[in-house]
Amino acid sequence: MSAPEKQETLQERREFLKAGAVVAGAGLASGVLVFGAAHSRPPEQAATADRRWGMLIDTKQCGDGCNDCVTACNTENGLDGKTGPQDSQWIRKLNIKDLRNGRVHELPMLCQHCEHPPCVDVCPTGASMKRADGIVLVDRHTCIGCRYCMMACPYKARSFVHEPLTEQNPEVPRGKGCVESCTFCVQRVDRDEQPACVEACNAKGHQAMIFGDLMDPESALSKALKSQASTEVRADLGLNTGVRYQGI
Amino acid sequence: MAKLADWLRLVVLAGVAAVLAVPSFQAAAGVGLPKLERGKGEKCVEDTQFMRRNHMELLKHQRDDTMRKGIRTTKHSLKGCVECHAGSQSGSVAAGKDDFCMACHVYTGTRLDCWDCHATKPGKQSFFGTGAAAGQAAASPRNPAHNQGGGQ
Ligand code: SF4
Ligand code: SF4
Repeated sequence: MSAPEKQETLQERREFLKAGAVVAGAGLASGVLVFGAAHSRPPEQAATADRRWGMLIDTKQCGDGCNDCVTACNTENGLDGKTGPQDSQWIRKLNIKDLRNGRVHELPMLCQHCEHPPCVDVCPTGASMKRADGIVLVDRHTCIGCRYCMMACPYKARSFVHEPLTEQNPEVPRGKGCVESCTFCVQRVDRDEQPACVEACNAKGHQAMIFGDLMDPESALSKALKSQASTEVRADLGLNTGVRYQGI
Repeated sequence: MAKLADWLRLVVLAGVAAVLAVPSFQAAAGVGLPKLERGKGEKCVEDTQFMRRNHMELLKHQRDDTMRKGIRTTKHSLKGCVECHAGSQSGSVAAGKDDFCMACHVYTGTRLDCWDCHATKPGKQSFFGTGAAAGQAAASPRNPAHNQGGGQ
């Protein structure tokens, strides 16, 4: 197929996707963010600082023992789902107990997509990077696997790939010798879909996660943050995380 | 005496030349150019001669654009190369020495790291991925049912 034809097909698919997003939006309960046509960025346009992607996680809504966000992440990104000390985990469920009163609850922990990311500060090669729209990524082409960033991250959000991998998802290249972490499913975000974890959580009916643009006052995320109290984990570090929590 | 020495030297030189010449004759006769399977598309995104010399530059440029800036044009994307050039037997661009990438890279003795991280086979057609209806997130992203080769 020639290049222009391919472009055309791509365009058609984008249109299809937009239409699909509207239909899906109609079928979903209120409070679920569906960012449709208004947000789309053409493929030839670079991400800009006009947007900053973020997430709000309501731990009160997070289901006891539910692991759907983790499973969805593993499927989307080609992780094997093992949880040993040398296995990759981009999102994991934590159980938290307040020792003073015994209150127990759960929350998903992932890369917080910090505005001032320590992982980027310490990286000697420039592989750890923050994209213009706030998504923190590892450029595996330049990562030398020194793991400084893993030590610097206050949220234990990063993993190192110890063994050779095969059968990767074509959209999510991963390989031995590089550090990796949650990408907010950047491949999905770039085509106006939500991260896999958010989609799975909503599908399950928990609706504990809202994903969206922190810079857009009209986004469901901004509205929720404006109307309800939320916190950053380790707000004392002043990293201005892109992921916020409620109920912790 | 001097004459004899000269004559001897000539013979030796001729012998050496003959010995050196033999392997190159053999090489010319025995090692053919790599045979590449035709891609699935009508024609490549650039002229074939240009691609032979410059594909790595295009890929490197595209990788930085996509990875660091989020530019996702498809013309020079590695995923596009794989979709078009995956071998009809192996379904891969690098599974065996006859597959598209390996054929030349084995011939020229140049190692490539791309496939340590990147998929060598076309995968799910991302645009329909998990879909907003979501439960399907559980369906394998590498489900062969989604494998539509280069027919994008
Ligand atoms: S949470 Fe950790 S890995 Fe993510 S941006 Fe912050 S420091 Fe970097
Ligand atoms: S492991 Fe890679 S990304 Fe992390 S600090 Fe070292 S070079 Fe940078």
